[in-house]
Amino acid sequence: MLNEIQKRILEQVADMAKIPEGAVNIRSDGQKEYRHNTKNIQITSKTDKEGIDIHIAPFTKDEEVHIPVIVTQSGFHDLVYNDFFIGEGAQVNIVAGCGISNCGDCDSEHDGIHTFHVGKNAKVTYTEKHYGEGTGTGKRILNPQTILYLEEGASVTLETVQIKGVDDTKRYTKAEIGKDAEITIQEKLLTHGDQHAVSEMDVFLNGENAKTRVISRSVAQDTSSQIFYPRVEGNCACFGHVQCDAIIMGNAKVRAIPEITCNHVDASLIHEAAIGRIAGEQITKLMTLGLTAEEAEEEILKGFLR
Amino acid sequence: MLELRNISVTVPAENGDADILKNISLTLEDKKFVVVTGPNGGGKTTLAKVIMGLLTPSAGQIFYNGQDITALSIAQRAKLGISYGFQQPPRFKGMKVSDLLRIAAGRFLTHEEACSYLTKVGLCARDYLDRDVDTSLSGGEVKRIEIATVLAKNADLMIYDEPEAGIDLWSFARLTETFQELHDQQQKTILIISHQERIIRLADEIILVANGQVQERGPVEKIYPMILNDTVAGCNRLEVEGKC
Repeated sequence: MLNEIQKRILEQVADMAKIPEGAVNIRSDGQKEYRHNTKNIQITSKTDKEGIDIHIAPFTKDEEVHIPVIVTQSGFHDLVYNDFFIGEGAQVNIVAGCGISNCGDCDSEHDGIHTFHVGKNAKVTYTEKHYGEGTGTGKRILNPQTILYLEEGASVTLETVQIKGVDDTKRYTKAEIGKDAEITIQEKLLTHGDQHAVSEMDVFLNGENAKTRVISRSVAQDTSSQIFYPRVEGNCACFGHVQCDAIIMGNAKVRAIPEITCNHVDASLIHEAAIGRIAGEQITKLMTLGLTAEEAEEEILKGFLR
Repeated sequence: MLELRNISVTVPAENGDADILKNISLTLEDKKFVVVTGPNGGGKTTLAKVIMGLLTPSAGQIFYNGQDITALSIAQRAKLGISYGFQQPPRFKGMKVSDLLRIAAGRFLTHEEACSYLTKVGLCARDYLDRDVDTSLSGGEVKRIEIATVLAKNADLMIYDEPEAGIDLWSFARLTETFQELHDQQQKTILIISHQERIIRLADEIILVANGQVQERGPVEKIYPMILNDTVAGCNRLEVEGKC
């Protein structure tokens, strides 16, 4: 049975008010808390290290996989390997997420390493939410790695969201994209206080007509700092677009270093990066609609990170 | 009723201070449809911004329904019932058209309500409600959404700064119908800065602002022929009289 803290965190990272339909694996403080398999989706524990294998049968249609992780013990360091094997033509929606509730004085950390083998013409959406809470002085640390291999015609939408409470994060995403395959990576991040976030990304467009869109939206408040380093490499006729937008507030610092490499004459890669404060004219416009400056700021940030 | 008393706006310029508005006093009666027109750089937008609180006057006072609002913020004036449609509205990454309409109305709008505001500015609601108000929209589209937000706010005093600017002929025709409806309903006070004859002809009253002052004021039938007469071949009366 889940306790109240676990339930609250599940709501934050997985919008789970109750155990959802589909395949489910809930991990809490390094232990399997709950698991449910379906006919097409089998989750098994690894025998050589911490983590699970998730096998999704070919041509599975419109099924969901939920694999949230909860850390509630102060000082707990969790390192877990989750490997997804998605069969040809499968269509699945995968929701992961990690919530840390640290009310103690020791640092709590979860390092999730997710590897996706996406079969031919499979279509996957993967959503990962990170959330931290707790009144203790111990840090809440999350260092996720997401590694993806897309076979011919595969399509992945990867959405990562880290909105509040995570003191330190170092994220790494790597994707190798095959022929006619495409990946959209949407990253949303808000740091506050003296939090620090680093996001590195490598996308290799290796197959003819491979495509990627990388969209990063972040807000850095107070004295927090962020570094983005998205790199896209085109090794054939392919298309890639990297867009990093950051809103900077208070005494925060943001570095964005997008890098594109074309190793083929028909590789078409674009990058855009913009960092700046909220435009005064945006706040003024919303004030003419009756909002205070603070309310206007809140609405602008809410939309920006939607 | 809106009353401006001895409003002046002076800004620093290369050769000393420049007087943008010079001791303007005027009143706007409730539920009148008033068009402010005049040559570029004459002070029309400054006048409108001073009323909304986007600019602070160097001197003078503004009263709205008997209350001195000179020191009030933009938001406070908005809450009292003043709204403003920008000539060049900003764009918002991530904010949707439906978000802006919700904020303007101050409540969640039904799909039908939100659609009706977009229809009034010649936009097909189905195509636009879920669109981001960002650079994916053309200038004319953003402008029409701006006007829709003012309609959604439904304030007692609506100020529009050149609503026709950047809008295509077809959409402008629809927009004119909307202003005609506002005029016919006679429920709101409308102050429009415009150079368009079709809007000017809707007015109960025209205020001609030039050189930082109200030069003329009166009904359309009196003022508009005067303006037309004075702008023949680009030589207007102000120049003839040596006022520019």
